[in-house]
Amino acid sequence: MESHKYEPTNRAVKWFEDQLPILGLIHGTLGAGYKAPRNLNYWWNFGSLAGFMLVVQIITGIVLVMHYTPHVDMAFRSVEHIMRDVNYGWLIRYVHSNGASMFFVVVYIHILRGMYFGSYKSPREVLWFLGLVIYLLMMATGFMGYVLPWGQMSFWGATVITNLFGAFNFYDGMGDGILHLLWGGYSIDNPTLQRFFSLHYLLPFVIVGVVILHIWALHLPGSNNPLGIDAKGPGDKIPFHPYYTAKDAFGLSFFIVIFAIFVFYLPNIMGHPDNYMEANRLVTPSHIVPEWYYLPFYTILKAVPDKLFGVITMFSSILIFFLLPWLDGSKVRSAKFRPTTAFFFWLFLLNAIFLGYLGTKLPSAIIIHAGGGIDALTLGRISSVFYFSYFIVIVPLVSRMETTKPVPISIAQSVLDSRKGE
Amino acid sequence: MLKTLKNISLTALMVSAIVVGGTAAAQASEASAYVLKKHDWPHAGPFGQFDKAALQRGLQVYKEVCSACHSLNMVAFRELGDLGYSKAEVKSFASDYEFPDGVDENGEDKFRKGLAQDYFPSPFASEADARDANNGALPPDFSLLGKSREHLSLFTPWNSVYSEDYIVGILTTFHEEAPHGVTLADGMHFNETFPGNQIAMAPPLSDEMVEFADGTVATKEQMAQDVATFIYWAAEPKMEARKRMGFKVIIFMTLLTIMLYFVNKSVWKKVKKGNDLV
Repeated sequence: MESHKYEPTNRAVKWFEDQLPILGLIHGTLGAGYKAPRNLNYWWNFGSLAGFMLVVQIITGIVLVMHYTPHVDMAFRSVEHIMRDVNYGWLIRYVHSNGASMFFVVVYIHILRGMYFGSYKSPREVLWFLGLVIYLLMMATGFMGYVLPWGQMSFWGATVITNLFGAFNFYDGMGDGILHLLWGGYSIDNPTLQRFFSLHYLLPFVIVGVVILHIWALHLPGSNNPLGIDAKGPGDKIPFHPYYTAKDAFGLSFFIVIFAIFVFYLPNIMGHPDNYMEANRLVTPSHIVPEWYYLPFYTILKAVPDKLFGVITMFSSILIFFLLPWLDGSKVRSAKFRPTTAFFFWLFLLNAIFLGYLGTKLPSAIIIHAGGGIDALTLGRISSVFYFSYFIVIVPLVSRMETTKPVPISIAQSVLDSRKGE
Repeated sequence: MLKTLKNISLTALMVSAIVVGGTAAAQASEASAYVLKKHDWPHAGPFGQFDKAALQRGLQVYKEVCSACHSLNMVAFRELGDLGYSKAEVKSFASDYEFPDGVDENGEDKFRKGLAQDYFPSPFASEADARDANNGALPPDFSLLGKSREHLSLFTPWNSVYSEDYIVGILTTFHEEAPHGVTLADGMHFNETFPGNQIAMAPPLSDEMVEFADGTVATKEQMAQDVATFIYWAAEPKMEARKRMGFKVIIFMTLLTIMLYFVNKSVWKKVKKGNDLV
């Protein structure tokens, strides 16, 4: 991959750069030194948006910690102290709590974009793995962050999720051993809150580390593109700066407008009202639900009658993404030239949203009133089977059998072809 | 074979869309036994601000009626300035309350008058005392009631339940006698709004129970709406500042977005449509 070298003209800058070539590194990563395919569409904005959200979460989180008290007797009150007494505390907290949701929205779109355009395929498998590791770390961080306000859903959500790990009871006492380690005692109590707080502060910095690896792994093969073909010739690529810095800046600004609508006008719509009641181990909420971004997996968990098998199935539903590069045997990356693949991709997405919807329902809730009534549990099982058959049956078969549409010989050629078409 | 697979799933998709759609329509037409009445709250919506007169009346209802059983732990007297009171009025309001102030030289408990920085005192010394006085039930603290009783829905906003409507519902839908076939537990009261319909609280409001300082007629409905407004304010006291700032942020970011759109367009002019390739 050719890139023009960073050569400072200012003598002082040159002196510094000779001893620590960090400016050249930035130039080659986010500046004119990085050559990106010229045809990236707006779906490629979401990587930088995810990076932005990570920074927002870290900055607001650090400020919140200045006023938060991680103790079961004071945590709930200290969050309300932030909301009522700290200058702009309500703003910082609403940005952080809605920011978590926005971070997941952005990352889900980023992952789906990778699925649609085949960004996980060779030579970007390790890049895909690192992205999935970031996602798993985000899930852990988000869960522990939700526990910190010590509301009813914090406490009972923590109860449900930590108990899942008790299913790994392969020898007598192993499940309890895991639980006691997670809880720091024999029940969810102050030690649990404090270790979750500690880890919630640590993991975002681990995410930063993996993000750096993710960007590193991105820059060896370079970005994929909507056509899914390799960018080879000089006409296929343009410098990241100014083209994609300008495009990303526009996308970011638009995204902030959407983000602001939630923070300022719908700040509690992503949360659960029960979390405005302090944790009470004597009162179980009538229906315990996790944050929206876990809901599809929650439905898959509930669909399996056996606890251990349910937990394994739930984790498999995420880990199976690691196999995607090999389940997909197509020589063509982008679903643009794979109409059947594209169709099943959208079906998979619809099904995943439906799984999320079912996650908010009690298993016995009647969803379809026709024919004596079909409950959420039955539909959840059907949807879960489809979810897994997408990976195990549909993708391997379709990718190997489908007749793909002709792929352009180069990015530059496709641009010139579309010129002729007009 | 792929085409067959695709056709089958497409048909399945259409059938399920029709079934789900039909179900939703059937549910909508189904007459529900009880629907919570919705009110137009002046503080709702992106530009809604609190009705200060209603807040002051609500405070009066809280002080004279609700505070006999319900605490308001997280609200300090100093915050009542938000309701339109002057500093002197806040101080005099606070001084109506008494707070323990250690012991004197004889070991007797001392008391002092409330100050603006004090918080609303709890009516009961402990949860056990509160339950003892209320037939085993715990009257909930009011500080966050305005947010912990609302169920918001992003995708079906018409299904959202707002805590103000819920609170008015609780206060105004008591039945003097339980409907035929319903047996109330000892000391419980029938309420249409409360989940399960059995509530430990006796009907707290009756017409003309308080005499409003501003001369408003104190009907049960009026008092319920005023106190619901007050409870919502107590849960979200920074709402007005939040909406004001949000307006500025969104105007600013929208203008910036428009500018960046044109910046982006002009930057890309050189390479858009392959102008550099020919």
